[in-house]
Amino acid sequence: MSTEIEAQGMAPGVNVHTRGTRGSYLIGLSYAVVLTLASFWASSTDVIYSPGVPILLGVLAIAQMGVHLVFFLHISSAPDQTNNILALAFGIFVVGLLVFGSMIIMAHLNHNMMPMNKLMQMQR
Amino acid sequence: MSAAEQALASGDAVPLSLRGPAPTRVVAGYGFWLFLLSDIVIFAALFAAYAVLSGESAGGPTAADLFDKRHVLIETACLLASSVTCGFGSLAVQSGDRNSTYFWMAITFILGVTFLSLEVSEFSHMLSIGAGPSRSAFLSAFFTLVGTHGLHVTIGLCWLIVMLLQVATLGFQPMVSRRFFCFGLFWHALDIVWIGVFTIVYLGAHL
Repeated sequence: MSTEIEAQGMAPGVNVHTRGTRGSYLIGLSYAVVLTLASFWASSTDVIYSPGVPILLGVLAIAQMGVHLVFFLHISSAPDQTNNILALAFGIFVVGLLVFGSMIIMAHLNHNMMPMNKLMQMQR
Repeated sequence: MSAAEQALASGDAVPLSLRGPAPTRVVAGYGFWLFLLSDIVIFAALFAAYAVLSGESAGGPTAADLFDKRHVLIETACLLASSVTCGFGSLAVQSGDRNSTYFWMAITFILGVTFLSLEVSEFSHMLSIGAGPSRSAFLSAFFTLVGTHGLHVTIGLCWLIVMLLQVATLGFQPMVSRRFFCFGLFWHALDIVWIGVFTIVYLGAHL
């Protein structure tokens, strides 16, 4: 990496400190394994109040995505990562709009639709 | 040590306007990051379709009838392990170590193929019991979402072979290590999408 810096001059965006080491990959792996096993356990256990399980699964999944972003994709809050973070924030915003927007709209349409047997009777 | 490096080492940062353009590695990485985010938006659309249609099984098999948790846990383990070996491989690329690059990337490839073969066996079993994509809206959405992820893994494996051939023929040129860097990002991003798949599709089926 240092040879590249010397060849191209000191440039922004090169963060030599967030490259990751074997140790950081193994730490990420252990977090990810714990979170994965926790979500498989949570989906099949009776210990947890059952209406709360989907929320717990969502929290575990988002936590594991965060672990992957930090330990595997090396996204950090370092100043030279501002562009990556902004792009990520916009991506999350679009994903949220798409998923929750679709679900809310479809649930409303479903709610407002006449039951199928009544619809059939009207067509006769 | 150049003047800019001296300035950085002594603590006063070079003004942004004086630093010049970012190196190709940074620009390429950022561009690939934007591609990955747009790819994730595609997956978000497929997730939305699945979330809306997952209950519409049209009298056919439902999600709870079809999915086996143990199978999914093995698939998840393969993909997670391949993500870590891919990380070890990219560390080997950065240090220019040819043998350990081949070693870790070969393990990554084998784990990826194992994941794919598990997925293909699951799909063929579902097709054989008449639960193909044409059976119901739920199954159409399922095959589209999980199949798109599998297609990405397949493309990633082809890319990995090409990269290993480039290391063999071109060596660790800046160009090659840049492409390897992008491959690593792609592979880790696929793992992130898989977290969504196993949580929403497979674990959500048994709630």
